[in-house]
Amino acid sequence: MPSLFQQIQAGKLWDFHGGVHPPTRKAQTAQKPIGVLPLPDRLYIPLRQHIGVAGHVLVSKGQRVLKGQPLTSADNSMAVPVHAPTSGTVMAIAEHTSAHPSALPEITITLVPDGLDEWRSRYPLNLATSDKLSLLERIQESGIAGMGGAGFPAHLKAGLTQPVDYLIINAVECEPYITADDALIQEGAITIVKGIDILCKLLNPKAVLIGIEDDKPIASAALKAACSQREHYYVRDVPTKYPSGGEKQLIQLLTNKEVPAGRRPIDIGIVMLNVGTAFAVAQAVLDDQPLLSRIVTVTGETLSQPQNVLALIGTPVSDLLTFCGYQQQTAGKVIMGGPMMGFTLPDLTVPIIKTTNCILAPSQYELPQPGNELDCIRCSACADACPASLLPQQLLWYSKAKDPAKLDEYNLFDCIECGACAYVCPSEIPLVQYYRVAKAEIREQQREAVKAEQAKARFEARNARLEREKQQRMARNQQLAQAREQAQKTGSNSNAVADALARIKAKKAEQPAPATNREQVLAEREAKKQQAREYQAAKAAANQQPDSVSETAKQEQAVSSEPTVNESATVEPANAKSAAVAAAIARAKAKKAAQAQAEQQETIVEAEQTKQPEAIEQSSPQAATDPRKAAIAAAIARAKAKKQADSEKS
Amino acid sequence: MSLLTALLILGGLALVFGGLLGFAAVRFKVQSDPLVEQIDDILPQTQCGQCGYPGCRPYAEAIANGDDINKCPPGGDSTIRKLADLMGVEAKPLNAAQTVAIKRVAYIREDECIGCTKCIQACPVDAIVGASKLMHTVIVDECTGCDLCVEPCPVDCIDMLPVTPTPERWKWDLKAIPITQVE
Repeated sequence: MPSLFQQIQAGKLWDFHGGVHPPTRKAQTAQKPIGVLPLPDRLYIPLRQHIGVAGHVLVSKGQRVLKGQPLTSADNSMAVPVHAPTSGTVMAIAEHTSAHPSALPEITITLVPDGLDEWRSRYPLNLATSDKLSLLERIQESGIAGMGGAGFPAHLKAGLTQPVDYLIINAVECEPYITADDALIQEGAITIVKGIDILCKLLNPKAVLIGIEDDKPIASAALKAACSQREHYYVRDVPTKYPSGGEKQLIQLLTNKEVPAGRRPIDIGIVMLNVGTAFAVAQAVLDDQPLLSRIVTVTGETLSQPQNVLALIGTPVSDLLTFCGYQQQTAGKVIMGGPMMGFTLPDLTVPIIKTTNCILAPSQYELPQPGNELDCIRCSACADACPASLLPQQLLWYSKAKDPAKLDEYNLFDCIECGACAYVCPSEIPLVQYYRVAKAEIREQQREAVKAEQAKARFEARNARLEREKQQRMARNQQLAQAREQAQKTGSNSNAVADALARIKAKKAEQPAPATNREQVLAEREAKKQQAREYQAAKAAANQQPDSVSETAKQEQAVSSEPTVNESATVEPANAKSAAVAAAIARAKAKKAAQAQAEQQETIVEAEQTKQPEAIEQSSPQAATDPRKAAIAAAIARAKAKKQADSEKS
Repeated sequence: MSLLTALLILGGLALVFGGLLGFAAVRFKVQSDPLVEQIDDILPQTQCGQCGYPGCRPYAEAIANGDDINKCPPGGDSTIRKLADLMGVEAKPLNAAQTVAIKRVAYIREDECIGCTKCIQACPVDAIVGASKLMHTVIVDECTGCDLCVEPCPVDCIDMLPVTPTPERWKWDLKAIPITQVE
């Protein structure tokens, strides 16, 4: 019996359970050269395009950025930065429809390209001389996340420290229509192999297995030619079957090993990366070119020129469709991803992100609307098709019943959502949708459970704190009481008397000093009075002189004008104050009226209501003059109203 | 003679086992009722007091002592079902007329807050920060949506707002997909 490694070396392939053979429809795009998209008017770059957390924004609105300049920082291991795909100006950092089935808005940087395509300075690394750490750092800083669809940060996979037996490069593009990896391999097989060299340096595997489907002979030949100089690189043509490109399925195909439920491939000594990721790694390390663009298959019968295009990250889907000659159809839909696992886009300004491999614009005949869902007839075709060997009908049953315990028992979380079960279902039940809902529900419940645990801890901590404070207060009171008691017991009366005497003495001793001060103050006051008298006398004299009439008039004017100014100044706050009071009264009345209504005192309500609008009318224009005071007044009014309501209630 | 032996043996055994049981009762004494713990784990820990008890644990104790299991609006039907399973009783519909369908959290309109600290004292999970005569705000991630801060506010500046959905927490909407339910 030859060992597993010997069998793999000999080229043996295994099989996985189930799978389906949908029409591949890849011929539309497979043999065409990769089109280069003209520079779009706007680029929408979401901050988070991978599994993990978004980095912190490094740019500000209106800032000019160069091609390849990072827009966010990779400040923790789960963060992957995004870069400016071309030079231009940051127009906005705001919410934009996300490339997610929910289409919920996400924070997105809008970039207006300036057409210069000016690079930042680049520092390519030499593979022979650079160490692992700098390579990993470069991979992270270049923003590389799994290009196969899941978007797992590449530096985390490449930085695994566990021993790796096999590095598997996934070139199995099993979903119908999609030929993006095929096109990439045909044009860039040599770069891909360079990328694999870098990954080998980081992971040190026993062998590299490159899995590619046998319906891509040109790409397969290109890879084999590029690998011919490498001893431990094996290119394996796997039979065309959906979903052989799934991580666990491909591992089973190439190594006959199964990844245990809830575990990762590294637990059985395997690391898998997509060909696109290997290509991006080579570009990042050898050219210092971060992940700025990717190949996207734009296909479907509504397009006059379906083809693969090299699109900048952030290009709106509408630009790609226009480039490929999209003719909008009534009730036509556009799908991001393939027909099996993709999702319908709600609007076409959604950007291409790092994980987008296909834009599908099918005609009505090509991908008809799903028919009516019928009852499950328990034909078990879904169980035969399931690549994860699950029991889809049981899962459907318990998903409908919302029974998380049973769903767990039937391993719902091992479902890879490939859609094979829904594809074969004769009753046209969209099984995967049920599983997705159930999974989301269970995840939400788990989050709730964690939150409840936290809330409980906080509640208990708070109770403990309140108890502690109560104890402390009681202890202090007791201490004080004891001290008082002791003072009363031991404190001889003579002591208290002596203390009082001492205090009086001290007071007396202090008094002489202020006394002298007082005399001084009195003298000063007298002097001031004298001055005032002199001034008045002088003024009277001046008034009698006829020459100085004009002057006095001026003085008088000044005198008379001053009070007016003062008046207006005092009137305004008075106005504001009265306005505030009026507003407060109005609000209080309004609240009171509302409560009165509730108590069915109809006559009173009517009377109050007739008053109410007047009061509000009066108050509102004045209240606007001083918003702050009015706000305070309003707050007070509300407080009063509330108090009143409470007292009425009780 | 044989009768005496039998009596001695049985008596001896009774003594030994009695001693063992007595020892176990002291040695492995459980401080609290494990049933209360189990019930408390099921309750949503919002500490809202809508059941009429001051917090989730007191209600758990009450259930263990035979109170109704349908007094927890934040938990909803799923909590009642779990409680019914645990207690071995029939699941009843929720007691309160209104059920809390949408998850909400408190939000303080900060420019209207007068800094009275009344909501801080009311919050069972210390999810409101602020100080006397200074603006208060809610730590949204810690808020359980219990509504207890709304009533004490003298200026009514606290709103209960529904939690905004994020792509991670989004639940696949079956209605967005053309599905018809077969009877």
